[in-house]
Amino acid sequence: MAEPSEVLVKMVNIRKSFGHVEVLRGVDFEVGYNEIVGLLGDNGAGKSTLIKILTGVHQPDSGEIYWKGKKLVNYSVAKARELGIETVFQERALSEQHSLWRNIFMGREITNRWGFIDIRKQREEAERIIREYMGFTSSALSVDAIVGTMSGGEKQGVAIARALHFQADLIILDEPTTGLSLSETQKVLSFVEEIKKKGKSAIFITHNIYHVYPVADRIVILDRGRVVGEFMKAAISLEKLVEKLYLVARTGRLNDEGEVSQKTPTTPHGLESLMP
Amino acid sequence: MRNRWLSENRTQVSILFVLFVLLLLFIISSPRTFLSGDIYAAFMSTIPFSMIMALSLTLVVICGEMDLSFPSIMGFCGYVFTQVFHATRSVALALLVCVVVGLIAGYLNGLLVVKLRLPSLVVTIGTQFFWAGLTQVLCQGLGKTLVPTKESPLYYLLVGRVLGKIPAQIFWAVAVGFFLWLVLNRHRFGAHIYYTGDNEASARVMGVNVDRVKIIVFTQMGGFAAFAGVLASLEVLYFWPTLGQGYLLKTIAAVFLGGTPVEGGVGTIFGTFIGAIIIGILEAGIIAMGLSGFWTQLVYGLIIVISIAIHSVLRRRVA
Repeated sequence: MAEPSEVLVKMVNIRKSFGHVEVLRGVDFEVGYNEIVGLLGDNGAGKSTLIKILTGVHQPDSGEIYWKGKKLVNYSVAKARELGIETVFQERALSEQHSLWRNIFMGREITNRWGFIDIRKQREEAERIIREYMGFTSSALSVDAIVGTMSGGEKQGVAIARALHFQADLIILDEPTTGLSLSETQKVLSFVEEIKKKGKSAIFITHNIYHVYPVADRIVILDRGRVVGEFMKAAISLEKLVEKLYLVARTGRLNDEGEVSQKTPTTPHGLESLMP
Repeated sequence: MRNRWLSENRTQVSILFVLFVLLLLFIISSPRTFLSGDIYAAFMSTIPFSMIMALSLTLVVICGEMDLSFPSIMGFCGYVFTQVFHATRSVALALLVCVVVGLIAGYLNGLLVVKLRLPSLVVTIGTQFFWAGLTQVLCQGLGKTLVPTKESPLYYLLVGRVLGKIPAQIFWAVAVGFFLWLVLNRHRFGAHIYYTGDNEASARVMGVNVDRVKIIVFTQMGGFAAFAGVLASLEVLYFWPTLGQGYLLKTIAAVFLGGTPVEGGVGTIFGTFIGAIIIGILEAGIIAMGLSGFWTQLVYGLIIVISIAIHSVLRRRVA
């Protein structure tokens, strides 16, 4: 097993129940430096609970989280932000009736010491951010554009650009392509590639393998509170992966021989036999 | 970009247009009244009370909340002002205590809304009755003179006549407007008010302390209601136990006329400023036009509905 410090974040044997429902049943999950991890799973697989634990929203019943090799104690939402974990939420956390430049600095305005906003500087910075992180020229997308008038992909892009600008080391993308058209999805994927180029890491949560496969380095499949599969993209073709997913959906297991491959929590990488 | 300015300020331009049309209408129909300075001096003496509260209420509405208790807070604080003044003979001390009481009353509204997660409409219906009732119980329906306040220079500073003609309170209203505009448009806190009203969940996620924003917004409402109560009482040199009554709907109407939608998230101080003027001149204008007072409510209703319809159409074209 890799030393914890070799990965950006490592979650070990995470368990979480809500009442009598065991949502996470001993999950091991890690994200390396400059790695894009696709987190796949059906509704109720435990994806969002896992992420909420990672972002400090929920406390796990048991298990440990390591950030850059250091065990996290008294973990909270504020602490996660401090560390550089940014979440791009499904609902994107934007203020739709306001301009792009205001949204990028939402909650983190550039102000003088009396709290007055430096509008000129904030607009200039916003201009630079959409150019640099989103690849937009100012003629294609004005910083004065009202966010509510922008397309779904652009909105997602603003949220990602914002996270990158604020030096997030790990960006969690919560279903970033849900409800988007094909071309909009392509835009979002190019923004995700931008995360990789900037040397940062991301977790791409989705239930659509076709969206995550092109951009992910590694794909983790979660099913009913367990990690049931983990693949390096380089080692598996999309077709093969789709087959595996169908198998999981049908049987809750991964092995085509019919052997139950649900692992015990302590051996998360027990699926080598499944690699082509 | 010329069009950007226009499109960003279209609601403000349109409400200004409504004001000009109304003024023009009044001047044409009764030139003698509306071309003399007297009527404007009269407007400047009466409009500031509800204008100050409307400006302050704009922040509450932008942040997605509503306050129905400010007229009662105004009344109660007028009572506090009067009592403290008679006990100490100090206008300054009475003003200070009164505004602090107003701030506390507003803070309580905010606390109830935030901590108990109650809708502000419901909370402030309750506190509205509470403060009005408390005022009635304490003063037993009796008013009190404030004539001795004229001995204080503060009286002249607050409601005196500048150059013997212009009521000082209009300067206070403009100052309050400028201050709130500065907060709303140039300060981080103002941005947070907008984000809170636009999408509370988003604001929270992005680190905006939504609860704090709401509490402060309700608190300032209480403070300005108290201040308006002092101005209104000093203007007539008498504390009426009914102080505050009649301000509720006109003040709220001024905010909506000004283009701040009830859902919050957007809205302007300038719009409310003009909205308050429109509300303030309507009654006099209608009567000067030769229509009976019975017409005022009807015209109020028409103007408000038309203006809100214009705002709604303009907003939809933006989004």
